[in-house]
This record gives sequence, structure tokens and C-alpha cells, in this order.
Amino acid sequence: MKGPIADIWVYLAATPLLGLTLTLVCYQIAFEIHRRLGMHPAANPVLLAVAMLVAILLATDTPYPVYFDGAQFVHFLLGPATVALAIPLYAQFGRLKKLALPLLVALVAGSLAAALSAVALGALFGASHELLMSLAPKSVTTPIAMGVAEKLGGLPSLTAVLVIATGILGAIGAHGLYRALHIEDHAVRGFAIGLASHGIGTARAFQVSEQAGAFAALAMGLNGLFTAAALPALLPWLESLFRS
Amino acid sequence: MLKALTLLLLFQLAGEVASRLLGLPVPGPVVGMALMFLLLLARGGPGSELRDTSNTLLSHLSLLFVPAGTGVLLHIHRVAEEWLALSVALVGSTLIGIAVTAMVLNAMIRRSRRNEAGS
Repeated sequence: MKGPIADIWVYLAATPLLGLTLTLVCYQIAFEIHRRLGMHPAANPVLLAVAMLVAILLATDTPYPVYFDGAQFVHFLLGPATVALAIPLYAQFGRLKKLALPLLVALVAGSLAAALSAVALGALFGASHELLMSLAPKSVTTPIAMGVAEKLGGLPSLTAVLVIATGILGAIGAHGLYRALHIEDHAVRGFAIGLASHGIGTARAFQVSEQAGAFAALAMGLNGLFTAAALPALLPWLESLFRS
Repeated sequence: MLKALTLLLLFQLAGEVASRLLGLPVPGPVVGMALMFLLLLARGGPGSELRDTSNTLLSHLSLLFVPAGTGVLLHIHRVAEEWLALSVALVGSTLIGIAVTAMVLNAMIRRSRRNEAGS
């Protein structure tokens, strides 16, 4: 880009206004596409919005930190939104209490299956050590995943991206998987997608029903706790198994 | 709206402080969620303002992941280098994680229903 438009872009890019506005506009376009396609899971709004933003930033040579100066205001709301998940969780408390044992067993099985299969498949296809350690915690919500990756010797900022990709994949793939496995119960559907695909899976589950959303939020929180506690202890042992 | 948003931020802050003070492996907002849950238990539910504000926030939950997702820009080279291992591991493990969780939970619920019916 050259000329006056480029000058204006350079000026605007130096303020948070551009990154923030771009994020909101791209997301709303993405969501409109998602809505017009009948909320089809494959037209995931996060995926579409990220694709648009990456294309714009690459085309305009705008570095990510410059964009993030503005986008951080949206990013920041993840904190209060996480706290707000307590409200749907409370609404489902009656059912949660009854299902305490099944939920705990499913948590341990699903959490280990997601983390171990990621490392096993990655190792099988020749991923580097850094990539494996960044992959292992990718099912849990971003701040926990980044902390765990750092402990394991992965790259936290790469983990953040893998976390988002996992969320999008889960939101796209879960519906077909549930149909193939004949999973009908919204509590089960929500819990599984929240466990494997954290907040993006939870966002998708809320589109299905409030019950699915609440169970997804619960699974996200529980898996965060479990992964943070278990993975750093388990993983070094596991990797030695695959490398020997 | 303003009151509810302040309350959410206060709980996030409390969670943040508790997480650091106690050296918990869980980040502040998740501790804040647990604390908020305890408050709701004690109070017997959220007021209408808190419910409306949290509904608004949660109905746009997807949007909040867009800035972090755009961070893929920082890792385009590594993604290009290791794309095969990366895609297989991501797609495979996500589907395996969902399937294992759903099947185990489904089986456990059925079992506990049978036990209830039998007793």
C-alpha cells in the first residue's frame, strides 16, 4: 500500500481504535454468515472471523502486537465472562449433584484421552518436543493451558493458538460425532464438548440449550483443574514411552 | 448492568488474589467462577440484573476468543513446518476427547439409572 490511504492506515493502526473496531466488525460479519447458513457448525464464527483478520493483517503488513493493542479490550472480557459461567452452572445445580460420580469418572477418562491422544498422534507423525509439550494441554481454557505448557517446556503463545484451534474443531465436529454415537442427552453433549473444547465448545453448547451450556461450563472448569494438577506429573513419563 | 459487571470484576479480582496468595495452579477467573458459585449457593440464586448481564456476556462468548485466535499470525512458520503432525494430533485428539467423555458419561448415567430402578 502506498499514498494517502497508507498514511491514514499507519496513523490509525497506532491507536487501539482500529484493532478493536476490526475485531467487532469481522466477528459480526462472520456471525451473520454463520446465521444465514442456519447456524451450521462448519461455518464457525471464530474460524471465519480469525481468517478475515489474518488476511487483513497480512495484506496491510500490520504486526500482531499492533492489532492486539486494540483487540485486548475484547480479550480482557474473557475474565468476567469466565466468572459469569457460575450463573448457568448454578441453574443446573440440581442435576449436577445427582450426576456427581458419573461426571467425575467421565472427566478423568476424557481429559486423559484428549491429552494423551494429542501427544501420541503428534509423536507418531514426528512432531518436535516443543510442539508436543505445547499440544498436551490444548483442551483446556487458554490461561490454564498456557501455564501448563510453560511448565512442560512448550511454547505458551503457540499453545494459545492450538487451544483456539481445538475449540473450533470441537465446535465443528461434535454434532456429527454425537449423531454417529447416538448421544442424545444435552447434559452429556454439553459436558463432552466443554471438556474437550473449553470456551468455544461452551459457546457452541449454549446455542444448543442452556442445559448443554451449563454442563459445558462445568466440564471446562473441572478439566482446567484436573489438567493443571495431573498433566505436569504425567507427561514426562509418557513422552519417554513414545521416544524410546 | 453496571452493578453486575462490577460484581463480576470484583470476583475475578478476588480469584486472582486467591490464586496468587495460595499458589493455585488454576488462573484467577476460574477461581472467581468457583467463588461466584459459592455466593449463589449462599444467596439462593442470582438477582435478575446479574442474570441478564451474564447472559449478555455469554451470548457473545465466541467473540472473546477472536483476538487470541488471530495470534496464529505469530506462529505461521511453525504451523507451515509441522502442519501434518499438528493437524492429525489436533483433529484426532479433539474427536477422541469428545467421544470418550460422551461414551463414558452416557454409560455411567445408564448404570446409575439401572441401580436406582433396581433398588
